[in-house]
Amino acid sequence: MLQEIILAGFGGQGVMSMGQLLAYAGLEENKYVSWIPSYGPEMRGGTANCSVTISDKEVSSPIITEPNTLIVLNRPSLEKFEKDMQPGGWLLLNSSLIDLEPQRQDVNVFKIPSVDIASEKLNNSRVANMIILGAYIQLIGAVSLESVVKALKKVLPEYRHDLLPLNRQALELGIELARKVL
Amino acid sequence: MVKVLMKGNEALAEAAVRAGCRYFFGYPITPQNEIPHYLAKRLPEVGGVFVQAESEIAAINMVYGAAGSGARVMTSSSGPGISLKQEGISYIAGAELPCVIVNMQRGGPGLGGIQPAQSDYFQAVKGGGHGDYRLLVLAPATIQEMVDLMGKAFDLADEYRNPVMILGDGILGQMMEAVELPSEDLSLKIPSKPWATTGAKGRTPNIINSLYLDPLELEKHNLHLRNKYEQMRQESMGETYKTEDAELVLVGYGSAARVAKAVVDQGRARGLKVGLFRPITLFPFPKDDLQKACRQANDVITVEMSLGQLIEDVRYNLEFKVPVHYCGRVGGMIPTTRDILAKIEVLANLQGEGEKV
Amino acid sequence: MITVFERPKSLTSAKTHYCPGCTHGIIHRLVAEVIDELGVREKTIGVSPVGCSVLAYNYFNLDMQQAAHGRAPAVATGIKRVNRDKVVFTYQGDGDLASIGTAEIIHAAARGENFTTIFVNNAIYGMTGGQMAPTTLLEQVSQTSPQGRDPSLQGYPIRMSEMLATIDGAVFIARVSVHNPQEVSKAKKAIKKAFELQQAGRGFTLIEVLSTCPTNWGLSPREALKWLADKMIPVYPLGVKKTPEEGEI
Repeated sequence: MLQEIILAGFGGQGVMSMGQLLAYAGLEENKYVSWIPSYGPEMRGGTANCSVTISDKEVSSPIITEPNTLIVLNRPSLEKFEKDMQPGGWLLLNSSLIDLEPQRQDVNVFKIPSVDIASEKLNNSRVANMIILGAYIQLIGAVSLESVVKALKKVLPEYRHDLLPLNRQALELGIELARKVL
Repeated sequence: MVKVLMKGNEALAEAAVRAGCRYFFGYPITPQNEIPHYLAKRLPEVGGVFVQAESEIAAINMVYGAAGSGARVMTSSSGPGISLKQEGISYIAGAELPCVIVNMQRGGPGLGGIQPAQSDYFQAVKGGGHGDYRLLVLAPATIQEMVDLMGKAFDLADEYRNPVMILGDGILGQMMEAVELPSEDLSLKIPSKPWATTGAKGRTPNIINSLYLDPLELEKHNLHLRNKYEQMRQESMGETYKTEDAELVLVGYGSAARVAKAVVDQGRARGLKVGLFRPITLFPFPKDDLQKACRQANDVITVEMSLGQLIEDVRYNLEFKVPVHYCGRVGGMIPTTRDILAKIEVLANLQGEGEKV
Repeated sequence: MITVFERPKSLTSAKTHYCPGCTHGIIHRLVAEVIDELGVREKTIGVSPVGCSVLAYNYFNLDMQQAAHGRAPAVATGIKRVNRDKVVFTYQGDGDLASIGTAEIIHAAARGENFTTIFVNNAIYGMTGGQMAPTTLLEQVSQTSPQGRDPSLQGYPIRMSEMLATIDGAVFIARVSVHNPQEVSKAKKAIKKAFELQQAGRGFTLIEVLSTCPTNWGLSPREALKWLADKMIPVYPLGVKKTPEEGEI
């Protein structure tokens, strides 16, 4: 198993912490993991992204040039990274903010209006990223829901642990939505 | 011990604290900023001191003062900042003071870029500043190794009374990986430093100095330093991976070596007899280990994120007995396994045709 | 036999390399006497710079560090942060402090580093052979201002004490001179006060001492003392520039 994931979106959409959750969850399952952010001026204002590797083997380079999973939360990210994807990979996109159709015919696409769903069903648009992460868990199966929930406890600061149930709900919602399409 | 996920810069900083480092002087520069961020919080917790200096020049001279006073002290920076520190590093080497300097390399020259590179190799291993001197240079390839080498770096600095450089890069600084930290050893003994300036209480004054106006005296000092650098040879370290029967050996350090290691596995899967030699100390260069690893090699390829800097030392240390080729990316680009495999296959085909490369 | 005069314990018996008539010797002695009087010789660490006083580590009978050009305040910062209960001073000339080391002295003051700087201003580079310094007076001839310092070409002399006195982290800044016995006595009082304030943990202290350079000024020692009084003091007025209390020293 080798998951090479790029997660990208606007700063503040939670792509960095999504990536960290995946890395922690992988570590929880004794896999080799790495996480590396894009850094420098581009993290201010523009598109933020991070690369996460989850693998059965030692990670060679944490820098991912050809992801087999791409999670994009905004349109510039789709435009930037879609062309680099490995054929047969998974493209998960936030269709609440992306009104563009993916060009690639050789990848699996899962569109999810995560912001709308988060607002409607959970009354909190801020957990939109967790819905997508839930879908990732269901579609790829690289890490389990339980591992991600354990990871949440590490990534969320202690004083935010009251948000754990909400985040779990969002993850479960994403899993359910993805199950329907499979 | 539990493995935790940590950013390279933070793991390195914590490892420094656990190695007894209590003083840090630095100046902001990407991609090493998490080191000062972390230590600004952490050092006061252990009774240490963090100072953000007005410049890298000031920072390294603060290191000089603190090291001369017997403390375990560190500074960190990246390319342009390391250039500014060279004056102080030369003085520290000349005055024989122990300290640790971290360079999280980025692309150059000039302001260059902020993405990972290995373009400060010559600067690190050939001295860097003015005068005949060397740094001990350690080149970790994983965050775990960076953590493990931190204690060693401070120990080597004290043992040889010489600055030690940790030569990392933007990848190692910025990435998160699972890491096991050394335990916090409260009884950690830092070697006594009777030469340090602490006030001449009941003894003759101690003087920290690199000035020798008499050329005969300076020559004596230079020769003494040379002997020290010769002795450092025993500290050389390298890692081999599948080199026993390797007809082609990749040589790379740090992040580039990680990519090269993946190439070895991919090449082996295609039936190519590929191996990797990874120097862990860049000065002293692990010459004997390199030669051993390349014993059966028809070709050697350096995998580097610089424009043919490592290749010079590899050729020199192989005594020009094996053809050494270059494969690298620069400017913040990372060589890919595909690039390297392509190079290997070209060489393998040439070998097959019996041509001399 | 009664001893009426002896070498301070804080000075070694080494013969100095200073030129005849140079006032570095007096200033060394004042610093050494103050250290002796305060009884801190065994807990004092000095920093010698690059410039005429580069060899000061041979003359002070103290733990000493030799610093790179201009960097003495940074080195002293490192020393003092490690040796918080010790007395630390830098001894710097005008090229060192007011030219190449301007950033270091200003920021040491701004951080309120708790050490004392003895700033020897003789309006010229001595060690390297009489080049123009940032403190060189207008019309003053030097090797690199052979027609005399012309402000349209070489700018104006810089008053470090007045500048540093504007900084919050500096607690005591004074300019003194050593061109006659009265001023020597005042200079010593100022140096002593700076060291005492340091011992009390008050912050950054600096004493600027106007000094002669007969060799590079091209004057006899006696003429040099007069030149200092007549030419330098009008540009660099003596006195306390900043003090924690009201009143003169």
